[in-house]
Amino acid sequence: MSEAKIELRNVHKRFGSKVVLDGINLTVPKGESLVVIGGSGTGKSVMIKCVLGIIRPDSGEIFVDGKNVLKMDTGEREKVLRKFGMLFQGAALFDSLPVWENVAFGLIQGRKMKRKQAKDIAIEKLAKVGLAAEVGELYPAELSGGMQKRVGLARAIAADPEIIFFDEPTTGLDPIMADVINDLIVDSVKDLGATTLSITHDMASVRKIADKVAMIHKGKIIWAGSRAEVDNSGNEYVDQFIHGRAEGPIQMEVLKP
Amino acid sequence: MNVFAIIGRVVLATLAEIGALTRFIWLSVSHIFRPPFFWRLTAQQMLRIGYFSLPVVALTAFFTGGALALQIYYGGNSLNSESIVATIVALGITRELGPVLGGLMVAGRVSAAIAAELGTMRVTEQIDALTTLSTNPHKYLVVPRVVAAVITLPALVFVADIIGIMGGFVVSTGSLDFNAGVYIKNTADFLKFDDVMSGLTKAAVFGFIIAIMGCFHGFNSKGGAQGVGRATTNAVVTASILILAANYVMTSLLFAN
Repeated sequence: MSEAKIELRNVHKRFGSKVVLDGINLTVPKGESLVVIGGSGTGKSVMIKCVLGIIRPDSGEIFVDGKNVLKMDTGEREKVLRKFGMLFQGAALFDSLPVWENVAFGLIQGRKMKRKQAKDIAIEKLAKVGLAAEVGELYPAELSGGMQKRVGLARAIAADPEIIFFDEPTTGLDPIMADVINDLIVDSVKDLGATTLSITHDMASVRKIADKVAMIHKGKIIWAGSRAEVDNSGNEYVDQFIHGRAEGPIQMEVLKP
Repeated sequence: MNVFAIIGRVVLATLAEIGALTRFIWLSVSHIFRPPFFWRLTAQQMLRIGYFSLPVVALTAFFTGGALALQIYYGGNSLNSESIVATIVALGITRELGPVLGGLMVAGRVSAAIAAELGTMRVTEQIDALTTLSTNPHKYLVVPRVVAAVITLPALVFVADIIGIMGGFVVSTGSLDFNAGVYIKNTADFLKFDDVMSGLTKAAVFGFIIAIMGCFHGFNSKGGAQGVGRATTNAVVTASILILAANYVMTSLLFAN
């Protein structure tokens, strides 16, 4: 097995009395694409935000390139953050800035690049996700959901990150646009040779972008394996999830009339 | 229902809020003095907070000055009212009414706008996105607003002082038939530099309160449109109350002897 790019050891997080992460152990090998599947409210987003340092876990360790990010001071942390790119669920574009400035944001603010040069890179990245240079002059509110996602992807890859997170990259898109995004993710990741960690509940997306798959349930990783193993995991939780059955070991909290 | 449980919950919630606010203020203030500095954003905010608040503050000051002149005239001894009106209007406006009413008007306008903008950025994950683009949200969002408010509020109040005194002058000479020259002479004789300065000092503090409360509630808003609405209301209410409280404290300190 290749070396671990990201490693979570026994990570716990609770909000008030609600336990969200209950001892997460997860390894993302360098250069691979790990997809974490799981239902809504199982702690997927919180897990990613812990790695990014947006949420601080209550206990446990998180290593990036072998270094514990939770023990770093702000300066070191910011250096580690430069390795990351992230595509947010709702794209999270800055609506006060035109599209090209959104894409170039990390270059201009984070890396102090000249605006002119950053704009050229932004337009190049927009082309990579299939958007014309003219789109760069528009504002995010003028774009469709699919275009916003693509701009979000362009922004995530703009600074050539070593690690990219995808938070439900296909949620809210039609199946065709979802497939376009999946293709773009696979292509852009291949180009960069980046390590990726995605969370999704879209199995079509999993089959397309994953090298490895892990399933999270009630704040724990209950299964992990390669993409090929997903369909005969022998794990009834995984089976129920990938086939989308209401009956099974995972019980939704739904009151029956 | 256990009364002690309710009291305990309220006390704990209040302490948690005070703790969170203190931490927020500390983080924000510490970032004011650490590079990088966002000059362009600060200038933009000065325009929004200061310049665009001018009409509201000017109108408030004008009518307050006028009403003040009438009240002193009706309430006071009309024999020597000619000297009293000019003096009390000048002192009242510069020491108390200019900064307090100006502060309250700007609190309503600016705290709400800041809380709504940052609150929307929070719920659409734009603030998290900043972190992933190697940009500290405190530095990028909070510091420019706080600095802009602390600088522009005294300027606004200075304008309010002039217009407020002018309001008193217009009413006194227009409807009370005072002599214009005497009115101006009385104002100039009694108004001291310290009176104006005390008001401007207050204004700077109010500017800090306005920006911090807007940012704090915006940053901590959650739960979609309703959450942003609540954040906006809380920002205006807390900013207004803190302005009035801080005004009392500062009056008692500045005018103790």
